[in-house]
Amino acid sequence: MAEPMLAVEDLEVRHGAIRAVRGVSLHAAPGELVVILGANGAGKSSTLMAIAGALRPASGRIRLNGRDIAGARPERIVRIGLATVPETRDVFPDLTVRENLTLGSFIRRSDRAGVAEDEARMFALFPRLSERAHQPAGTLSGGEQQMLVIARALMSRPRVLLLDEPSLGLAPVIVDQIFAMVAELKQSGLTILLVEQNAAKALAVADRAYVMRLGQIATEGDAAEIRSATDLGALYLGG
Amino acid sequence: MGFGLQFVIDVLSLGGAYALMALGLVIVYGILKLVNFAYGELIMVAGYTMFLLGGSALPWLVMAAVAVAMSMLAGVLTDYVAFRPVRAKSVTAVLITSFAFSTLLQNLALLFISPRPRPVALPEIFSETVTIAGVVTPVRNLITLAASVLLLGLFALLMRKTVLGIAMRAAATHFIMARMLGVPANLIITSAFAISGFLAGVVGLLWIGRIGTVTPGIGLEPLLIAFIATVIGGMRSMSGAVLGGFLFALIDTTLNYTLSQDLLKFRDAFTFTLVILILLWRPEGLIKGPATGQRT
Repeated sequence: MAEPMLAVEDLEVRHGAIRAVRGVSLHAAPGELVVILGANGAGKSSTLMAIAGALRPASGRIRLNGRDIAGARPERIVRIGLATVPETRDVFPDLTVRENLTLGSFIRRSDRAGVAEDEARMFALFPRLSERAHQPAGTLSGGEQQMLVIARALMSRPRVLLLDEPSLGLAPVIVDQIFAMVAELKQSGLTILLVEQNAAKALAVADRAYVMRLGQIATEGDAAEIRSATDLGALYLGG
Repeated sequence: MGFGLQFVIDVLSLGGAYALMALGLVIVYGILKLVNFAYGELIMVAGYTMFLLGGSALPWLVMAAVAVAMSMLAGVLTDYVAFRPVRAKSVTAVLITSFAFSTLLQNLALLFISPRPRPVALPEIFSETVTIAGVVTPVRNLITLAASVLLLGLFALLMRKTVLGIAMRAAATHFIMARMLGVPANLIITSAFAISGFLAGVVGLLWIGRIGTVTPGIGLEPLLIAFIATVIGGMRSMSGAVLGGFLFALIDTTLNYTLSQDLLKFRDAFTFTLVILILLWRPEGLIKGPATGQRT
């Protein structure tokens, strides 16, 4: 097997006395779409935030494109090629849509032509954002904000994209759009690690899946395998 | 008419100074959610730099530029000495270290210069007056007014048009997300302290220009003014700080004009009563600003 784009080994994350993530190992090959499923509080988001550098792992190794990033600052991890779409859908509400995108390209701000090109591409991809380019991002609808956060993450031209619950709280028609777009991003060769409550939809687009339970990996395998072998409803009852 | 004009000039020039003071405090608060209690000492540093350069043959503007540069340096030093080592650990610790740094700077001035007021070189123009539409006004009020308009404009431009400014605004609402986009935490914080020092330096020159002397305790009043102005205007918003500065100046000036000689001694009591009333009406300040704002 080729060297994985992202490899996590024995990751442990603590929130005070609580061990939110206990010895998680996972990997994603270049261009692979990997999904992490599990109930609320299973440690999925904590795992992502530790990879992104927003949480400091208590122990474990994280390698991104062959470089060790465990415990590195988030601003350095982006530069190695990882972009994050957090669960909390953090647009900067009082910045305009365009300013939000500008920040997405912060690490390549010297490449003005490339940034302008990418911005035009994002506006073509998301016409709604283009219409609202000069509006504060806080005035967008939930679905538009999610589009903006994804577009903003792509502005850094990442190799790996972390997506935390991109469909959370969105109308079904928007959820379908988001999943179509995730599939498209995979087509473009991006490596994606997706955390998702909507197991059926996530497994439909994913290559492989991990199921987390109480901070540990309970099951892993091909997306199709997991889909047929697991009672998806039971995933979310914990246990 | 003449009286009205005088009142307006007084409010605007005092308000401009207050607004700059408040902005210098809030730019650090906005990002770190911590009040820099050593802020007043940045003004003191500008004052003593002017005093120490007073004997030299340098033109006044050069001395002023050096003084502002020293304030910026002191601002950045505040970050390295008082904030950075304990920032991630505890709010209480930063509260104490910033007080300690403030006391340390004041005591250095006491020890190495003097507890007594020291004269500061001022250009002639600071003591001249002009007559506008029959109103006699000190030129320094007009300079203060012009300087504040210029700086507020420059500041707005920096925050809206430059990537650093946009990144600082983003960091003020959601620091960790800004970092996950590659904005380095230390760059933002150091810039905030440098801008804070710059504003304090300029305000220091204008402020000390009113009195003509500098003392170790000179920073206390500007710190208090800045703090009150930001509380009235809203701690989370930069436009709030500016609005708060002008409103505070309006209150002060109105009381100066209307209170009788006997009551003028109690002006601050009246001022603070009004501040309390404003806060009872709007506990979050006049401009709320974005709702998020966790610390680093």
